[in-house]
Amino acid sequence: MKPPVFEYVAVASAEEALAELAAHGDDAKLLAGGQSLMPLLNMRLAAPGRLVDLNRVGSLSYIVERAGGVAVGAMTRQRAIERSGLIGARVPLLAEALPWVGHTAIRNRGTIGGSLAHADPAAELPGVAVCLDARFTVRGPAGERALAAGDFFRSYLATALAPTELLTDVWFPPLLPGSGSAWIEFARRHGDYALVGVAAVVTLAGATVSAARLALVGVDAVPVRPAAAERLLVGAPLSPESMAAAADSVQRSIEPSGDVHATAAYRRHLAGVFTVRALTRAGERARRL
Amino acid sequence: MSPAAPALVAVRLRVNGRERVESVPPRLLLSDFLRYRLGLTGTHVGCEHGVCGACTVQLDGVPVRSCLMLAVQTDGAELTTVEGLAPGPDRLHPVQEAFRQEHGLQCGFCTPGFLMTVTAFLRDHPIPSDQEIRRELAGHLCRCTGYQNIVRAVRRASVLLATEKARERAGTP
Repeated sequence: MKPPVFEYVAVASAEEALAELAAHGDDAKLLAGGQSLMPLLNMRLAAPGRLVDLNRVGSLSYIVERAGGVAVGAMTRQRAIERSGLIGARVPLLAEALPWVGHTAIRNRGTIGGSLAHADPAAELPGVAVCLDARFTVRGPAGERALAAGDFFRSYLATALAPTELLTDVWFPPLLPGSGSAWIEFARRHGDYALVGVAAVVTLAGATVSAARLALVGVDAVPVRPAAAERLLVGAPLSPESMAAAADSVQRSIEPSGDVHATAAYRRHLAGVFTVRALTRAGERARRL
Repeated sequence: MSPAAPALVAVRLRVNGRERVESVPPRLLLSDFLRYRLGLTGTHVGCEHGVCGACTVQLDGVPVRSCLMLAVQTDGAELTTVEGLAPGPDRLHPVQEAFRQEHGLQCGFCTPGFLMTVTAFLRDHPIPSDQEIRRELAGHLCRCTGYQNIVRAVRRASVLLATEKARERAGTP
């Protein structure tokens, strides 16, 4: 298991990376942390003609406050985000989900942008981004464009990125006052991709749910926002009955597929159970504020 | 038709404190560079896709999978492999000593990877809980021990390291 032959260039800036993509198009592949691409190369499932290494692009590595929310550079290591006090305080859902991503050694190299652009349907970070309505900044030959996380993921390992474009920045909007969040997942072994993962954000006005957001991974080709289940929760207290109704709605709205790790029926079962658990925990945290 | 092999790339790095300058093909994995180019065969290669943890080394002080990096990416880096842990030929690193005392290995194939993760882990978490230990070890596969002795070894290592630190502070060898 060795990578195939390729040309290699380590770029020093986003501009150099874009020039490489413009010159080589489909034949070029961006190398971020390499924790997904390198296995694909080793297994010969990918054979790009030219690898464009982003690891020397220091300007894409940052965690800063911006416009009331928090912006994270695409090349920021997952481990740095996990340990950031700013992320823990302002984007707690991201901080809670990150320890589930691979292992320490993986997160020491893996980047937020690499995981999002790879778009594995059972990965944690795409689910977190979709749940929180994160905004992605994408740079290409024609300049910059902004994309909602919900519009970024198109299919299994497929995104809205053109071959000439580079994901540069992920912005997490501020949580509404009175919001609690939670991440729940099950994997066969810690660090494996989730069989099913559920993200929840519950916003309380007094005892009443004023907003609710859910996102599921591992149940479809992209992270799923179950809008009908979210609507069921709003305008009433968070109760065992309301959460059971939401879980039932989630189970009816998804079409998971079965594989060697879990049947479709088991994934649907987990999606319901974890919806209740994630909502319960998010609600408890919202109440504690 | 396969493309012509791209030109070799020069890399300059420090491995276990020693400066190395080599020319490598871009596709050469860091794990193979260490083993075949530098002869540092303590770094073991298991799955070659990041799952088993056997090839773990420390890059600028933090554990990484050497099978998921290219040698060309380490230009300017400081690497530590299992060969760089022991303070001398007759003395083991406290984490190695703890693995020996607790029988934290049988065949030893996975051990170098465990050691590189555990030494960095105990630097950041000098007094870890059992749950923290187990979570950290989850990134490494061992097919012999059933892990119980490895968990014990990490606990003992934290004691040995604390003792060593206390001795250093007291100025006794």
